[in-house]
Amino acid sequence: MKASRFNLWFARAWLAAGYGFLFLPIVALLVYSFNDSPLPNDWRGFTLRWYRALGDDGEIIAGLWLSLKIAFLTACGSVVLGTLAAFVLVKYKRFGGRTLFAGMVSAPLVMPEVVVGLSLLLMLVSAQRVLGFPERGMMTIWFGHLLLGMAYATVVVQSRLQDLHPQLEEAAMDLGARPAQVFWLVTLPMIAQSLAAAWLLTFTISLDDVVLSNFLSGPGSTTMPLVIFSRARLGLNPSVNAVAAITVAVVSVGVLITSYLIARAERQRTLDLAAAARA
Amino acid sequence: MAADGNRSFLQIQDVVKDFNGHKAVNHASVDIAKGEIFALLGPSGCGKSTLLRMLAGFETPTSGRIVLDGVDLARLPPYERPMNMMFQSYALFPHLTVWENIAFGLKREGLPREQVAARVETMLKLVQLPKFAHRKPHQLSGGQQQRVALARSLAKQPQLLLLDEPLGALDKKLREQTQLELVNIIEQVGVTCVMVTHDQEEAMTMASRIAVMSEGRLLQVGQPGDIYETPATRFVADFIGNVNLMDGVLAVDEPDHVVITCADCRHYVGHGITGSQGMAVTVALRPEKIQLSRNKPADEYNTALGKVKEMAYFGSFTVYHLLLPSGAPLKVSVANVERHRSDEFTWGDDVWAHWSRTAQIVLTS
Amino acid sequence: MNGANGTNGIGGRIRRAFSGRRIVIALPYLFLLAFFLFPFLIVGKISVSEMDAVAVKDLFSVADGSLRMNLKLSNYAFIAEDSLYLQTYLSSLRYAAATTVLCLAIGYPFAYFMARAKSSRQPALLMLVMLPFWTSFLLRVYAWKGLLTEHGLIANLIIGSGLDHGLAFAGLIPAPGKLMNTPFSLVLGMVYTYLPFMILPLYANLAKMDLRLLEAAADLGASPWVAFWKITVPLSKAGIIAGAMLVFIPCVGEFVIPELLGGPETLMIGRVIWDEFFSNNDWPMASTVAVVMILLIIVPLAVFNKYQAEAQEHGR
Repeated sequence: MKASRFNLWFARAWLAAGYGFLFLPIVALLVYSFNDSPLPNDWRGFTLRWYRALGDDGEIIAGLWLSLKIAFLTACGSVVLGTLAAFVLVKYKRFGGRTLFAGMVSAPLVMPEVVVGLSLLLMLVSAQRVLGFPERGMMTIWFGHLLLGMAYATVVVQSRLQDLHPQLEEAAMDLGARPAQVFWLVTLPMIAQSLAAAWLLTFTISLDDVVLSNFLSGPGSTTMPLVIFSRARLGLNPSVNAVAAITVAVVSVGVLITSYLIARAERQRTLDLAAAARA
Repeated sequence: MAADGNRSFLQIQDVVKDFNGHKAVNHASVDIAKGEIFALLGPSGCGKSTLLRMLAGFETPTSGRIVLDGVDLARLPPYERPMNMMFQSYALFPHLTVWENIAFGLKREGLPREQVAARVETMLKLVQLPKFAHRKPHQLSGGQQQRVALARSLAKQPQLLLLDEPLGALDKKLREQTQLELVNIIEQVGVTCVMVTHDQEEAMTMASRIAVMSEGRLLQVGQPGDIYETPATRFVADFIGNVNLMDGVLAVDEPDHVVITCADCRHYVGHGITGSQGMAVTVALRPEKIQLSRNKPADEYNTALGKVKEMAYFGSFTVYHLLLPSGAPLKVSVANVERHRSDEFTWGDDVWAHWSRTAQIVLTS
Repeated sequence: MNGANGTNGIGGRIRRAFSGRRIVIALPYLFLLAFFLFPFLIVGKISVSEMDAVAVKDLFSVADGSLRMNLKLSNYAFIAEDSLYLQTYLSSLRYAAATTVLCLAIGYPFAYFMARAKSSRQPALLMLVMLPFWTSFLLRVYAWKGLLTEHGLIANLIIGSGLDHGLAFAGLIPAPGKLMNTPFSLVLGMVYTYLPFMILPLYANLAKMDLRLLEAAADLGASPWVAFWKITVPLSKAGIIAGAMLVFIPCVGEFVIPELLGGPETLMIGRVIWDEFFSNNDWPMASTVAVVMILLIIVPLAVFNKYQAEAQEHGR
């Protein structure tokens, strides 16, 4: 029995240390964003001036606005492309070039972004020489993010699609629904949750992207991560802390709310099942 | 459960389904009458589910035709066929309510709203779930889910109802109850029904005709009683119920009786068979057709001496496993007609088994 | 059957070519071909091209009525000969490997304990891992700058406890007291960033494991330690591979973390590509470096692909 008690405390210690490691920088960011000193390490008092300065920080605000736009478009496009790709991979087990397709879909997940960014940029420049467009700017950044987002969205949707009972779609066909109707009326509602998850995931990834954005941006299209990155390269900058704190707050609230909603839905479902069993 | 009129309402004509060299369905042909409840019975892997799926349209036959009421179904996709299926897992749409599940097929037909509502109400009353219309499937018990699945498959008034292992997911008590309910509803609606099952009890109680399948072939088609008492092959005899199989040689071949010599006994069968003297045959004898006694019966035929090796007590009857002199087993099922028998058999006893001249089934294959 | 309306004839052919199935496959396929495959081909092409001050010259040229192909392989030769490039590649692989091993060492027990925690607590535990994952990684890396710089919180801890002497001894920092822009800060930053990528697939795998297997092992006389190594670890192989690939491959080409937390002696190939492209404006060289890097990660990439395909086969 002693061994298992030790194991229990060891487990708890390891988890606590791990979570501490993961959250320490986040907490530090938050704390120092209120520090009345440009240097993060000497505490001079509580202040909100960095937050107030953000309001006048045109560069950051413009960057944020651009990033949000791109992220929104990326999320929407990625979900569409990702759902198509996931559908193809799950339903069509045999078609010409399937291995290549599967490889291309999942490669952006792991490929170093410098390589993806470089190659995409070179292609766009060549295209520009031949076709006259596209100019580097918001649209080119969007293409790069779409490529990355599609890979993530495919993974998320595919795993849900795979778990779907094939008999449900057969039942729909048996009752008179044509294939397109089966997708709209049965498949789509059932994967809706994973579509939402894919949307949020790709939104976040786009919002946070540095390397691809840098390669693919043009004059006037500086995303917020790029602003932060250039400031961070130069040294420590309290405005970054303020931005970080706000980001963390928004994300935390979002994650907490989502977790709560999911947990509540699960509890309701368990109650329903129990009630049905008693009936 | 009579099969009336149109004997060839559904015609399965020489259907073959080949999966890369493996013939899941191997030249199956059968005619099904309108209004029948027809069962495809067989062990797993015999091809019954594949045949059902070909009826529904989820698989296409490699060769052969399926004709429903004169219409060749070959080119029709599942959503254009006038038949509906009740799936083994029920396949109720979890994101739709009971009402919407039942209405699903009707809406695909483009019927006006009032008509759809009227039909759904009728179906709910038919399966006795009128108060559950607004629940979702996960809020229902297994039996209730099945009734919704049935209502959904009958809502479109199909020409043919397909049932895939309808009672597979239920436990024993519920199964007995549901068997009868199901048959009542189907007969009430009057729809022709093809069901697939591996459970012979299910097939025999519910169906008006049964087809026994094995390895893609239909071995025998007939009414439950015929299949049970007059099996055509060894497989069928063994698959349905319990049976004792004894190999022997045709010793006497007369038009009105035959005598078969087996290792432990001589059978006198009270009818003629097609065959010739000296031919090898198998005699099939059902356990409940045999009587046991301590004293040797008067008959020189249709008796055998055995030692009680095992006894299995089932409450309403007991199955005795006898060991015959040649080492072959003999299963005898004796109904426990009295609460306490004075001369109960026990392990190691020598008993005489005896049966009538019409109890045997003679098989040549 | 057949006929004008049927499946033969021009009408039928066109209908089949544009069948729903084909369009559904074609849309994502064409997108990927255009934006993923084609760019890589262009990188390959540019790596063997000549570049003048402004633009990349064409591979093919027509002169005197004959078609000439100019393949400039000197970039590749240069890389092969220049020890700095070789060192950088090796260094990148080493850092990526070190990060992967550390992530595994920290992450596996972490995922294991998460998966064995009370099932009512697991969603919360998972959420706590996802929270840093969803927070901008750029900001979190930046935070380490603040923590490790002089008088930073962690810097003080390490120096105060004397750990920095050990780190200096191991060659991870150039001298006691100087923690920023060192191999130490780089690896710390990379492990920190990629740890969730190791934990999540491992957790997914371990959470699905059938605990009754361990009960069976115990029933047959195996101690928990033995059962762990002989049953749990082998069964989690797929998760380990997935996590390792998700960490190793991107680490090889990491740019942001070396830029913010690395120093002059932490050679990473991502920065080389960046510098060749943006600072030197030498596109062919950048492309060459990229092509060689892709060749380096092709084996792990293929392993990852195979894992993905198998995971789909078995429905995870």
